[in-house]
Amino acid sequence: MTQTSWDSRILGNGAEPIYSVQQVSRRYGDLAALDNVTLDIAAGEWLSIVGPSGSGKSTLMNILGCMDSPTEGIVLLEGERLDKMGEPELANVRRMKIGLVFQQFHLVQHLTAVENVMLAQYYHSIPDEGEALAALERVGMADRATHLPRELSGGEQQRVCVARALINHPDVILADEPTGNLDEVNERIVIDFFHQLHDAGTTLIVVTHDAEVAAQGQRQIILEHGRIAREVFDLASTPTKGKPQNVEG
Amino acid sequence: MFFWRMISRALRRQVSKRLMIAVTIMLGSCLTTSMLAVMLDVSDKVQAELGSVGANIQVLPQGASIVSEMYEADSTLNSGSLREDEVPNLKTIFWGHNIEDFAPFLDVTATSGDHEVPVVGTWFDHSMTTPTGEPVTTGIDNLRDWWEISGSWPNSDDQVMVGARLATQLGWQPGDTVRLTTANDDLEATISGVFRSGSDEDRQLFAPLATAQELAARPGEVGRIEVRAITTPNNELAERAARNPATLSIEEWETWYCTAYVSAIAYQIEEAMTNASAKAVRQVADTEGVILGKTQLIMSVVAIFAMVAAALGIANLVTASVMERSKEVGLMKALGARNKSIVGLILTETIIVALVGGVVGFGLGVGLAQLVGHLVFGSGIAIRPIVPPLMALVILLTVVVGCLPSMRYLLRLKPAQVLHGR
Repeated sequence: MTQTSWDSRILGNGAEPIYSVQQVSRRYGDLAALDNVTLDIAAGEWLSIVGPSGSGKSTLMNILGCMDSPTEGIVLLEGERLDKMGEPELANVRRMKIGLVFQQFHLVQHLTAVENVMLAQYYHSIPDEGEALAALERVGMADRATHLPRELSGGEQQRVCVARALINHPDVILADEPTGNLDEVNERIVIDFFHQLHDAGTTLIVVTHDAEVAAQGQRQIILEHGRIAREVFDLASTPTKGKPQNVEG
Repeated sequence: MFFWRMISRALRRQVSKRLMIAVTIMLGSCLTTSMLAVMLDVSDKVQAELGSVGANIQVLPQGASIVSEMYEADSTLNSGSLREDEVPNLKTIFWGHNIEDFAPFLDVTATSGDHEVPVVGTWFDHSMTTPTGEPVTTGIDNLRDWWEISGSWPNSDDQVMVGARLATQLGWQPGDTVRLTTANDDLEATISGVFRSGSDEDRQLFAPLATAQELAARPGEVGRIEVRAITTPNNELAERAARNPATLSIEEWETWYCTAYVSAIAYQIEEAMTNASAKAVRQVADTEGVILGKTQLIMSVVAIFAMVAAALGIANLVTASVMERSKEVGLMKALGARNKSIVGLILTETIIVALVGGVVGFGLGVGLAQLVGHLVFGSGIAIRPIVPPLMALVILLTVVVGCLPSMRYLLRLKPAQVLHGR
């Protein structure tokens, strides 16, 4: 399938992409972590970013997640220039439009599961414990709501992380190696949950080493030495590759 | 509120670091509170100590004052006089409340047998009502409270006190009756006590003012007045005003007049009495000002060093704590927290811990101030109402200054640095 036919199928005629990355580079001194990358991501798309260590996956994720700025090039999110924004504006975009899932979970250790979910609400708008509990219930963690992260398994912590990412109904969920520290059962639970979100229209951008996880997306881009080496399109994944399974703890 | 829920959870972590912050502030607060309390109270304490040296303002009749200044000598005898009925006016001046004690004096030379006796008429413990209706008790029992007395102060008009040297010379003892004779009068008096002052007064006889007026045939007259007043240490403005108040601008004059400089009080005394020339007894007044200034400077330096040390301690502890929590802070930023939210969170946590230490330190500081008061001045230190709010402000300022390095670190921290190692 050609790029043009993919764009027309995913973006629709005349539709604007949610992300537009144009000739973006990110340099650390002499090292180019990203080198002249151009990429459009459609609203509602599930994009997998794969590549070996040091290929620029996390750098691209940081730029898309408004946690870093390119040294060259243009990044548009829903038509707004991210590369021109200062830290307060970027924080505002992160707060309002993006949900983040990390390989290392990154839960606040002295807050309970439900409080970790409420933390995202607190910085977004107003914390609502009922809503936070409902989000935990969706990921099968309602009965562990009052537990501290150290009392939860890796899979449980990642599900809390997913609940925190979706609590503010973001337009985009960025997941960095979301199953990297999970066993097979928990990996399946998280992937199934991503399918549910994708079916509901959420744009998913997943950075992964795992070929099976990458294959869940509608499109894979393979990064090498900071450049897009190739893209793999898989329209069969639309709307979803498999029937979502019930998410249980 | 979720903010306080986060604070309460966070305070249960890093207990040892938070304890160290509380202890650091406690020590600084303890020292600063004690210094501040002593410093604010020391003015009165030093004044009381130095006040025992004597009066700090002397009021003379105008003519006597000029002679005294020209010849640098005590030339009060028969050089004009002040009016006894105007003495209570001293308490009616702008700084009347700062006038602690005063006493009029009238010198007359009498004879007793073959010996000349210098008689000084004064008030020993005199009660009166000022023109404003305020009851006042004053006299040399306060102005000369360092006298060592054998016997007692006179308590009736026919009693006198004799200096130790004169008593030895004439063989007088408490209880003896003496006859005093002048060209104008001849009377008998009982010696109630013999005093030792360590000055020329040991060669004099102190009698009630009325007795001296009778002997001198100068009813209602006073030769000089000694005044002990609480004063503000002199500065350049006070020095200029003391030389000539007319050289001051209107604003400077108002500032000087409404400040308890010894020259301002002297000026106001002159306004309140007829034919009076009031002058600072320079040595005592200057000593009071200089010692007070130096004492307060030392205490200020100690207090400032204590809080600077506390701020440095806090800076290290809070920075270490924040660096330990950099992933948590990076996560909050990644979730969209603004810098001011994170700074507010960390600052609130630190202020709560510091206030706990500060309150304990304040209590200990009050105790330390009492200890200093008793050791140095032999009495407790009054804690002025300004001390608690001032200390709260100082602690707050110390915490904010101490948190500046960690705040700088927080503001520079990028979520990608700590969450993805970039």
